[in-house]
Amino acid sequence: MQTFQAIMKIWRGQFLAAAVIALFLTGCNKPSSAPGVGGDTIKVGEFASMTGSEATFGQSSHKGTALAIDDLNAAGGVLGKKFELLMEDDQSQAGQPATVVRKLISRDGVVAILGEVASSRSLEAAPICQQNKIPMISPSSTNPKVTEAGDYIFRVCFIDPFQGTVMANFALHTLHLKNVAVLTDVKSDYSLGLAKFFKEGFIAGGGKIIAEQNYSGGDKDFNAQLTSLKSSKPDGIFVPGYYTEAGLIALQAKQLGINVPLFGGDGWESSSLVPIGGAALEGDYFSTHYSPEDTSPAVQDFVKKFKAKYKETPDAMAALGYDSAMILAAAMKSAGTTDGAKVRDALAAVKDFSGVTGKITMDANRNASKPAVILTIKNGEFKYVETISP
Amino acid sequence: MNIRHAKTFLLGAIALSFLVSLGANHINSYWLFIAYDIGINIILAVSLNLINGYTGQFSLGHAGFMAVGAYTAAVITNQFGEMNTFASGAVFLSALFAGGLLAAVAGLLVGIPTLRLRGDYLAIVTLGFGEIIRVIFQNMEKVGGARGLSVIHDWTNFFWAFGFAAVTVYVVTSLVHSTYGRGFIAVRDDEVAASAMGINPTKYKVTAFVIGAFFAGIAGGLYAHSKQFITPGGFNFMQSIAIVVMVILGGMGNTIGVIIAAVLLTLLPEFLRPVAEYRMIIYSLLLIILMLTRPQGLFSLRKSPAK
Repeated sequence: MQTFQAIMKIWRGQFLAAAVIALFLTGCNKPSSAPGVGGDTIKVGEFASMTGSEATFGQSSHKGTALAIDDLNAAGGVLGKKFELLMEDDQSQAGQPATVVRKLISRDGVVAILGEVASSRSLEAAPICQQNKIPMISPSSTNPKVTEAGDYIFRVCFIDPFQGTVMANFALHTLHLKNVAVLTDVKSDYSLGLAKFFKEGFIAGGGKIIAEQNYSGGDKDFNAQLTSLKSSKPDGIFVPGYYTEAGLIALQAKQLGINVPLFGGDGWESSSLVPIGGAALEGDYFSTHYSPEDTSPAVQDFVKKFKAKYKETPDAMAALGYDSAMILAAAMKSAGTTDGAKVRDALAAVKDFSGVTGKITMDANRNASKPAVILTIKNGEFKYVETISP
Repeated sequence: MNIRHAKTFLLGAIALSFLVSLGANHINSYWLFIAYDIGINIILAVSLNLINGYTGQFSLGHAGFMAVGAYTAAVITNQFGEMNTFASGAVFLSALFAGGLLAAVAGLLVGIPTLRLRGDYLAIVTLGFGEIIRVIFQNMEKVGGARGLSVIHDWTNFFWAFGFAAVTVYVVTSLVHSTYGRGFIAVRDDEVAASAMGINPTKYKVTAFVIGAFFAGIAGGLYAHSKQFITPGGFNFMQSIAIVVMVILGGMGNTIGVIIAAVLLTLLPEFLRPVAEYRMIIYSLLLIILMLTRPQGLFSLRKSPAK
């Protein structure tokens, strides 16, 4: 009898379990379509951080990509077929990209993958795309390692070292600086790479690095480093870090009476930069991928369409997301097929593709060789200064 | 589980997982991959259940041990190139054990000073420890730092994932049903009474901690060779919480319940993918409903303990 009662108790639990399982099955009944391109659409997969800690990046990027797919379909698609964008959220979480990209490839049968913003998540997806011979285009992962994962992995943004060189040229030729100090975030690969190439470029161009100081991402107080830099009297300070620290550094530099311009890379570009640094950032510069103020027709057309659809101004992530889909479509068109190997070859051969973020040429390492844009901060807003070609 | 059938279960499960792994080519690689996740999560949940469920020590640092195992195994196998099935199997097995052992050492180091604490205090200390491990890997340039580490080999397969899951279940079940193992439950039920009976609570707690950490390390190694890319961010506090949720949902100290919870909680987010952004809201709601209706865990026979 006791056993019977025990079983009854288990049954109550199993009723709940059954409810949960029933819920699964409703999700399970979706017929999984045959892989390949047999249907009347070209399936393109995208993985993005739609939720989680870097949701703003993922959402921007996805909006750009979705707009590109709409545009392409409005123009009739390619190869007589329309595009179908299948987007999966990776929750900004390690471990997720590997799962969702596998799903997109083996269950949904996509012919190409677009994503991600964060380099570490692109690196997780890259070997899977490589093994399955599915071309993958990262819109905005700037770490050099990403495309080293294999010959099916591409990107439409420039890599970190390039920005260092661009800022060196900008400091030498536009700002006419001679003696520059560098303040590096030693905890970040990104910052170290930028600093290295900036120093090389600046010295090669006849400039002098008169002082170097380090900090660790997450630091709040930079007075010690800045006081030391101040004593060497630089004409400008290169701060290749992220916006949180850059804003604080600008603020504390002004408080110490350092009135020379600060400049950095695309890690500065965030709507949170000005709220942190405030008026102290006036007259500082940073390099990035694109500016909505660029007067070129391609940019203005994109900004207009984006505003019409989403009622907001597109940022660099959106522009790069747009370009990633556009360049994929162009490669499929020139390959005349959606076959992975042929599309890969076409992508590797991309030359002078006119994207929103400038003319893109794929180099031998499948990285985009393209211009960078310099922005300045004026009255609390980002203003376009100039475009620097590689 | 009936303890008399434990050995039969172990051999049966290993044989079955071996057979399935032979036919793995016929399974869609996405589902296969989810299956590996299930196996890994079973190892994590069952091993944490030994600490949280059977010994009653609330640990929030399981992802930290997993990280130790993942990085150790990955660094070892990355030294090797392509090789035949037997050689790779031997290397993989040793790498997994090395990862497990190092995680166990980490468990010992943390366990000895901290397991004199109880309840909330222990939870906070283990939480802090998990974060320390993550930050250490984040600052180790040799293993890629914050960017992460690529794992060359995709050696995790159905056999390894479920073979080790079966071993974990076997070891934990046999242990808690053994004469020695009754000590864990005694410590959980009443520490003072247990020590009055001549049981050294700290020794039992440390033992549970070390064994739990060992299997978490194995799971970490399997995880690394399934995802083929590991970042410190993947072993954060949320990962620890996810394992704790499996244990609580399955019923503390109920191995079968915990296994079922591990399976359900791995599958649930995947089946909810069609609803996209609302997925995690529904997932969380289901957890809340389950906890309200079954506070003692989904499959627990015992009533919820009167507090």
